[in-house]
Amino acid sequence: MAQTPMLEITALEKRFGTVEVLRSIDLKVGRGELVFVIGPSGSGKSTMLRCCNRLEEPTSGSIFIDGRNIVNCPAAELNRLRLQTGMVFQGFHLYPHMSVVRNVMLAQIKALKRDKVTARTRAMDMLDRVGLAHKADAMPSELSGGQQQRVAIARALALNPKVMLFDEPTSALDPELVGSVLKVMKDLRAEGMTMLVVSHEMAFAREAADRVVFMDGGVVVEQGPPEAIFGNPQHDRTRAFLSRVSHHAGAE
Amino acid sequence: MPGIMEMFFNLDIMAQAWPLLLQGLWMTLRLCSVVIGLGLVGGLLLALAATSPRRWLSWPVMALIDLMRALPPLVLLIFVYSGIPFAGVEMSPFVAVAVAFLLNNSAYYAEVYRAGLQSVPAGQSEAARATGLSKAQMLGHVVIPQAVRNVLPDLLSNTIEVVKLTSLASVVSLSELLYQANMARSVTYNSSPLVLAAAIYLVLLWPMVRLVSRYQRKLAL
Amino acid sequence: MNAPAGFQRFVEVFFDGAIIDRYLPDLLSAMVTTLWLGAIIIVTGVAVGLVLACLRSLQVWWLTVPIVMFADILRALPPLVLILIFYFGLPGLGVMMSGPLVLFIVLAAVLAAFCEEIFWAGLTALPRGQWEAGRATGMSFAQTLIWVALPQAVRMGVPSLVNRSLAITKMTALGSVIGVKEVLAVSSSAQAMSGSATPLTMAAAAYLAIFLPAVILARWLERRFSWKV
Ligand SMILES: Nc1ncnc2c1ncn2[C@@H]1O[C@H](COP(=O)(O)OP(=O)(O)OP(=O)(O)O)[C@@H](O)[C@H]1O
Ligand SMILES: [Mg+2]
Repeated sequence: MAQTPMLEITALEKRFGTVEVLRSIDLKVGRGELVFVIGPSGSGKSTMLRCCNRLEEPTSGSIFIDGRNIVNCPAAELNRLRLQTGMVFQGFHLYPHMSVVRNVMLAQIKALKRDKVTARTRAMDMLDRVGLAHKADAMPSELSGGQQQRVAIARALALNPKVMLFDEPTSALDPELVGSVLKVMKDLRAEGMTMLVVSHEMAFAREAADRVVFMDGGVVVEQGPPEAIFGNPQHDRTRAFLSRVSHHAGAE
Repeated sequence: MPGIMEMFFNLDIMAQAWPLLLQGLWMTLRLCSVVIGLGLVGGLLLALAATSPRRWLSWPVMALIDLMRALPPLVLLIFVYSGIPFAGVEMSPFVAVAVAFLLNNSAYYAEVYRAGLQSVPAGQSEAARATGLSKAQMLGHVVIPQAVRNVLPDLLSNTIEVVKLTSLASVVSLSELLYQANMARSVTYNSSPLVLAAAIYLVLLWPMVRLVSRYQRKLAL
Repeated sequence: MNAPAGFQRFVEVFFDGAIIDRYLPDLLSAMVTTLWLGAIIIVTGVAVGLVLACLRSLQVWWLTVPIVMFADILRALPPLVLILIFYFGLPGLGVMMSGPLVLFIVLAAVLAAFCEEIFWAGLTALPRGQWEAGRATGMSFAQTLIWVALPQAVRMGVPSLVNRSLAITKMTALGSVIGVKEVLAVSSSAQAMSGSATPLTMAAAAYLAIFLPAVILARWLERRFSWKV
């Protein structure tokens, strides 16, 4: 049991109508691993991530979380199942009508049925962990983008997820705010959280990722340790993508 | 006990009432064109006055607008229709009705325009003035066109309200659509003429209602 | 007609003290009628509109079609037409309803139609990410609707809701056509009996007393809710 990966995707397919967006995706994320997904725009990274908590319905294939297949899970159990994955969006999506701490408490109370006192204690712990305990009573609109994203991470962590899914968590942020969010992710990794991250932060991937997955056109083209993918890519498509990205980074 | 079809959808009675209702519809349309036409213009003038930086102008106009918004249109109508003759002013029923509705609706149109004028960024008027346009040219060519475009759905929505509003004229016996239908009802002891009138209002207004809904959703997105 | 005499006559006709004294008690009780009718129309109309918008958000056609039809028809028809049909037509089918009941049903239904549209516009304007954030944290559709989507939709709709509620509450004056003893009915009959325009002035004053504070409140709410999220 300890050897089963925390997240395992096998033969995942996803079609929107007749458009094939994902084709025979196979991917494993071991316990405590940080796996990075990179690839050009439209390659299906977000779609794959969103299949992992069934915000998108997979067309076929299986996704195991902690050994349990979530694809054939009946709709009635979906809400409980989604508690096992914490999702962080590019656009934060904090609830603008609630204070920061209430944002972190809401799903704890409604979905986990925690009582208010427990939920608040847990929320404050999580806010403390992302360095924002002092902003607990602020409204989301009063926070910077980086702070909002850290609250969104706290909101997901508060539900004790087994896997954290990040969809471009830093690409809506000003460059000087990116670091604070990456630091939180690094801390999480140190604490043994399992994470699947879609991001263009190549430097961060090099430094913190256990494995890097390159996707293009709805398939996993290659994967391996960051040194291998960045230092010695095996496929032309990977090389082309990496040189485009590094050119771009170099130009800045 | 007569059935629903007999009482509400009686085709014979509808056919009898049809010429009467057509006359009423004509009156309704005449009333609408006067009230909507003058209301659109009057409302814009009121809105320009209400957003003026000169307080001696904007405050009384705002007060007038709020006064008109606080009075039910029917009260305004009865006040003008049966009150004004006491003051020794003679008016034909059509004019009295038009005046009352105009007072009411200019205020509502003014509110819509005002929101529109305020939605145009200050930079727009500054840019216009900076390029040498006069104040009137700035308003006419830059500010008002943008303001109107921003509130087109609300202008349309208010226009629907005006058409519905004209049905109140039946209370003071102006022979518009609803008045004619109600006359036909009281003569025939049958509600079919009212249903027919309702159908005419629906044909007239339903496309506009749909349009407003579509529009508002698009703006919201 | 010289000016002072004209002015004096104007005051006598529109502000006759004796007539004010005579009809004030009637008018005050009519104001109470207008107020409570307005209150139950607003409460019912907004509540029904909210429920309809929630049902529509389920996006099943056999709920959506009747709801959209209801909202469209009641927004397109002049309320007075409906009032006349209900009041004069239904007795022909053996359904007797009192004037106040007809007024309440029609105006509450019209307000519900407008409120449904306002709430629905708010719900559709909500960024999709808000729904996804709710569902991704394990909340059900209903929980996300109630705790995440509706509060924001309501907030977006507050200015329109207030304006629409006001406009429709003012239509209680239509009750005068079907014998509801509200402000306009009472003052119109007083005017007919006394042959003076003063009761009409009193009616206008009564409506201003009720609705002017509401209009000012509406302005304040509009400013408060316009740009802040
Ligand atoms: N709801 C949808 N309906 C139809 N097509 C969709 C839908 N969502 C995504 N797609 C398509 O699926 C493909 C993959 O989209 P996806 O968002 O997963 O890409 P991505 O790799 O995340 O790209 P980016 O880097 O731009 O975020 C795209 O071609 C997109 O147009
Ligand atoms: Mg994406």
